[in-house]
Amino acid sequence: MAEQQYEIDLGNLLAFNPHHQFVSPPSSREEIVKVAIDEGTKVVQAIADALFNLPSTEDPDGPIVKLPAPTTKLPREKPLPKPRPPTKWELFAKKKGIKKRKKEKLVFDEQTGTWKRRHGYDRVNDDSDIPIIEAKSTDEPGEDPFAERRKEKKSKVEKQEKNRLQNLKQAAKVGALPSHVQLAATSLPITGTQAIPKKVNKDELENVAGMAATATASGGKFDKKLPGEKPLKHEKKYRKFLPAVEGSGMGALEKQQTEKVLNKLISKNSHEILNVEKAVNMYNVKKEKKQRRQGRQSSTSSKLKTKKKDFKKTSKKGSSNKGKSK
Amino acid sequence: MMRIKTPKKGRIKRELEKRAPKLVETGKKTLILHGTKTSSILNSLLTEIYHLKKNDSVKYSRKNDNIRPFESGGETSLEFYSLKTDCSLFVYGSHSKKRPNNLVLGRTYDHHIYDLVEVGVENFRSMGSFLYDKKLAPRIGSKPFFAFIGEAFESVDELKHLKEILLDLFRGEVVTNLNLAGLDRVYVCTALSSSKIFFSHCALRLKKSGTVVPRMELVEVGPSMDMVVRRHRHPDESLRKESMKTAPELLKKKEKNVVKDAIQGKIGKIYIPDQKVGSVPLANKAKGVKRERREAKMKGEGYKHTQKKQKQDAE
Repeated sequence: MAEQQYEIDLGNLLAFNPHHQFVSPPSSREEIVKVAIDEGTKVVQAIADALFNLPSTEDPDGPIVKLPAPTTKLPREKPLPKPRPPTKWELFAKKKGIKKRKKEKLVFDEQTGTWKRRHGYDRVNDDSDIPIIEAKSTDEPGEDPFAERRKEKKSKVEKQEKNRLQNLKQAAKVGALPSHVQLAATSLPITGTQAIPKKVNKDELENVAGMAATATASGGKFDKKLPGEKPLKHEKKYRKFLPAVEGSGMGALEKQQTEKVLNKLISKNSHEILNVEKAVNMYNVKKEKKQRRQGRQSSTSSKLKTKKKDFKKTSKKGSSNKGKSK
Repeated sequence: MMRIKTPKKGRIKRELEKRAPKLVETGKKTLILHGTKTSSILNSLLTEIYHLKKNDSVKYSRKNDNIRPFESGGETSLEFYSLKTDCSLFVYGSHSKKRPNNLVLGRTYDHHIYDLVEVGVENFRSMGSFLYDKKLAPRIGSKPFFAFIGEAFESVDELKHLKEILLDLFRGEVVTNLNLAGLDRVYVCTALSSSKIFFSHCALRLKKSGTVVPRMELVEVGPSMDMVVRRHRHPDESLRKESMKTAPELLKKKEKNVVKDAIQGKIGKIYIPDQKVGSVPLANKAKGVKRERREAKMKGEGYKHTQKKQKQDAE
């Protein structure tokens, strides 16, 4: 009787009494609560009638029943996950009719006479774990067969990684990327090879910061300083331009400057402007050194062949002296 | 160029997998937060809702100026919080002169607002104000009963909507196996008029009745309140359709070697493979043993692991 009256959703343990109605609004709060609780008890009793009659299994914690699926439809929280598209290998295998077969983890290794893992560390027929490789007639001299094997293995791993990336890209297109995988863009290589981003050191950073600070019309004069920021190295402008039009006083300056430059150029090749004193001094010093060197060479000439290092040292010294004298 | 990025730690991977969309969803998490102003009533109500749903909810305690769920542009930060905390239900409390003691119950789908119901709270009684035997107090995370009373829940659109949201909010996880000894709470919702309901949380007392089904007795434990429906917003029809999709039924595998007989019932055939007497696996190759110990055993000599000191009889 009761079950017919109520709508019961056992999956949510919910019951609904659609027939009850307050005929006249009850006056007091207590009355409302009392009616609600009484009605609630009846409704809950109806759920319990259905629930406790379900087949149950005994458990130390209490009887356990299997609930049916909820009948009240509620919206999902997130969209349905999309199925992963088949990988290139899976497509190929399907086309060729290749089926997955289970292989045993341990394989008998005939070389050592023991059971070994099929894959991984200490595996059967490990190519990279052979002490001796027999030479073949096709072997080219100068090539390391061990290195070749290592290279081959590395390239295989790289190829597999490439394939994996390709398959993941396909999956990402459909939106079926595994939840823990992300495809991140790496920085673009500029000229074929990828340069490792350099870490900027403190000095460089300060230089850049200084340049940025002075890159205003006022040369950073009115900018607010950050706490701890050092004052500028060059507070003033580097170059000063002379006025283009001759005015009071400054006009003569340009003339002076150009004259100075011209004088230097002209005087380079002129012999008239010769500092005799300096030239004599230079000549004397040069001569002295030449003599000294010659004297040393003659003294050490007998040991020249036996002590090469000595010779080198002296020569170095000579050259450095030469530089100084000039 | 692309690079495959995977978490380096297992814990992070597991956490990401938890957040990924699933074929069969079991439960939703709830975000509890409030606006610029809340009254003391709302404050205690929000905390109590948090206590009721302690194992699957997140409570924010800061003011949120820019959340106005019903207005356009007022939902952006709410949606962001939903994404951040991985919650798809939210309870938002606010208090203003126009709408005193305002409670917005809503759901999100794919971290975008799905639907909303706004209710005003009246006659609120907190958990603390109820006196009852504390042995009856419902335990955290127990599966609740729901009792909806009144034809208005069917005839009035707003209440129908509210009923669905209340069910979604409080039902907890969807389970298949239920322990009958763990039933200890009921949510009773009674329609008082076409826009007002009485909501109450009760504990259950199971009494012996002489039959299999115990006699139910409800003890009010709070919180209890009246909810007056104010505004509500239904989901988009297309969005609703999409969100109601369920996992496609998996094709059942053909049951092999089982025959059903009218007289004998279920009959099964069992095949026993040949006993491979010749190649019995050696006991020494047990997987659980450490490698070095196993190898030592194979050699059968040398390695003797230090035995624990045993109590010796006094001689």
